[in-house]
Amino acid sequence: MKRWFQSKSINTPSPVGAVLSYVILGIWAFVILFPLYWLVVTSFKISSQVAEGPFYIPFVDFKPSLDAWKYILVGDLSHDTLRNFSNTIIVAPISALLALALGTTAAYALARFEYRPRVGVILAFIGCVALSILVMYLGVPWQIALVIAAAVFIILLQTIGRRFKRALGNNDIAFWMISQRMLPPIAVVIPIYIIFQHLHLLDTRAALIITYVTSNLPIVIWLMRDYVSTIPIELEECASIDGASRYRIFWSIVLPLAVPGLIATFLFVLVFTWNEYLLALFLSSAKVQTLPLTIAAQNATRGPQWWNMSVLILIMIVPVIVIAIVLERYITRGLLIGAVKG
Amino acid sequence: MGWVLSFLVDTMTSETKAPQPSGLHTVIATVERAAGSVFILPSVLALLFLSVFPLIASLYVSLARFNIAKGGFTLTFVGLDNYKKLFLGTDQTHFLGAFAPSTPLTWVVFGGAVLALAIFLARYLLNARVAIGGLIGRILLILVLGALTWMFVHTLWNGGRLGSISVTLVYVFVGIFFQYILGLGMAMLTVQRLPGRRFFRVVFLLPMMITPVGVAYMFRMLTDTSKGPFTPVWQALGLINFSWVNNAWGARTAILIADIWQWTPFMFIVLVAALESQPVEPIEAATVDGANPWQIFRYITWPAILPVSMTLILIRLIEAFKIVDLPNVMTNGGPGTATESLTLQAFVNWRALDLGGSSAVAYILLFLVTFFGMIFVNLIRHRTIETL
Repeated sequence: MKRWFQSKSINTPSPVGAVLSYVILGIWAFVILFPLYWLVVTSFKISSQVAEGPFYIPFVDFKPSLDAWKYILVGDLSHDTLRNFSNTIIVAPISALLALALGTTAAYALARFEYRPRVGVILAFIGCVALSILVMYLGVPWQIALVIAAAVFIILLQTIGRRFKRALGNNDIAFWMISQRMLPPIAVVIPIYIIFQHLHLLDTRAALIITYVTSNLPIVIWLMRDYVSTIPIELEECASIDGASRYRIFWSIVLPLAVPGLIATFLFVLVFTWNEYLLALFLSSAKVQTLPLTIAAQNATRGPQWWNMSVLILIMIVPVIVIAIVLERYITRGLLIGAVKG
Repeated sequence: MGWVLSFLVDTMTSETKAPQPSGLHTVIATVERAAGSVFILPSVLALLFLSVFPLIASLYVSLARFNIAKGGFTLTFVGLDNYKKLFLGTDQTHFLGAFAPSTPLTWVVFGGAVLALAIFLARYLLNARVAIGGLIGRILLILVLGALTWMFVHTLWNGGRLGSISVTLVYVFVGIFFQYILGLGMAMLTVQRLPGRRFFRVVFLLPMMITPVGVAYMFRMLTDTSKGPFTPVWQALGLINFSWVNNAWGARTAILIADIWQWTPFMFIVLVAALESQPVEPIEAATVDGANPWQIFRYITWPAILPVSMTLILIRLIEAFKIVDLPNVMTNGGPGTATESLTLQAFVNWRALDLGGSSAVAYILLFLVTFFGMIFVNLIRHRTIETL
């Protein structure tokens, strides 16, 4: 009797525990899968079958039709679908990888170095921003205004910047970084639009990639900072004593040990950029539209075209699921086991 | 290049200068000393590039009135008019809520909150070290929390109506609570050595992969009481003529369920990674010493996942304040404005070409998120992590 409640080893649940676990996991899996099942079923319906009430099982309740799939994949919308799909497939992984590369180095830096940006330097920077606005207000072109402000900033750094004793710490830097995500996108789309208009980058993939990298950097930095700080510092100290440089320590010790965190973070950023809607709506007009725009466009004047939407949503999930299945195995236990021993 | 790097090191880090060697060693030493800047500067510059201008531009727009004019648009500076409209003018019931008269109950709840805040301040003042910055921060905290409580107790019951600030706060705190609990529970179940756990892990990730607009439309289908899949359930309960969309709390619940469905995977996957990268030795040792599962969780697992948990909650806190797709698509903010979040209000203003009003709402949202983020980081995150 007792063995039913006893687990054989760590992380192997007892028989009763296993049954309970399966019941809970099964319930939650149903909660997750049922809405998706409904999407699949809806994608095989025609408009009258949606309008006349709920039909659950194809062939039994209603006669499935491939109309919506044909419309999206080979019919009228196929050109748009293909173009937007290829845009999404190019933009999302590139931005995710770039954000991960930049963000992980910054995360390592924040976890292992001590930064003390002087208050004077920050004040000088804010002052120079105000100065450039004033100069632009007086009618000077923005390029010249920026050069003037940058020059004044460098001079101020050399002179006043070092006088101030007070300084901020790593946590303040990290909070400043995460605070970049606090303003809702709706408030920043127009200024960002203006920036890319001046750079002549509107309706290019580069504009989308730059925006996505910067908007996802804070998330990468915060998640990776925690992963990096759980890596035992003894390893790095040993390597340092053996003469490894900071770059080598980062590349050959920290990165391999942070793989589970890197994979999880990569998945997020990929998903965020894959699905981003509002910024894409503004920064792309025709050439570089992404798939979420196609989905929203199915809410036509005749009401939402549920069947087309379902097809598009399903098409959009498939590549991400494949990536998730491939990457999931790397988020495994045991990468740190034994690393600190001996 | 070398002087730039060393200059940046001098200004940004406090690392002490090593004695200067010569020749090749100088280069190596400079590069090595610059490591701190090399690692962090790319991110700082990238963030500055797209953050400074939008922040200033939208602040200016929030102080102006936007008009379409011949050949473009004009921005007229109007001072604080847009903000005045939200707090005192025509948008007050929309933004703050409709205030009901005070009753004994509201006084009791509000009095309790004031008492708690007073105790909080008194404990800080009686403490040995009182810093000016900490004192100002705490007084600001008490004023804002007090005002929010005052607003909440007067709009929640007996004839009051919640404004978009309160609705957003409900979405944020209720949503995050359930997402974290569910995410942690499922993560702990799937790190057990069970056959088929990889299947569950991938399934549990699915909701996050659907584009938010798509999730919103999907839940609009599901919550339809006459054509959605749950119609027989509503019929059996005699609720066939009931519509989520006509009941304020019903509509809010529907949006919360969709939000929890969509974002639990975010908590789940990070917590799985955190649990998986936790060293096994302490758990083995504790088991040998006869610790029970609860003790192992409380004293070994929990401290190990606490830092990541705090980060997760902070990120979700920031993201959840910006909720817009779900209420916009599922209920269009209705009934009335009962499900309208702050971002949706900004979006609605923006669609009506009231860019000034839209930016004003966005700036108040920015203030609120910064406020709660600061509280979270300074009072909760640091404290919990330091006391480990």
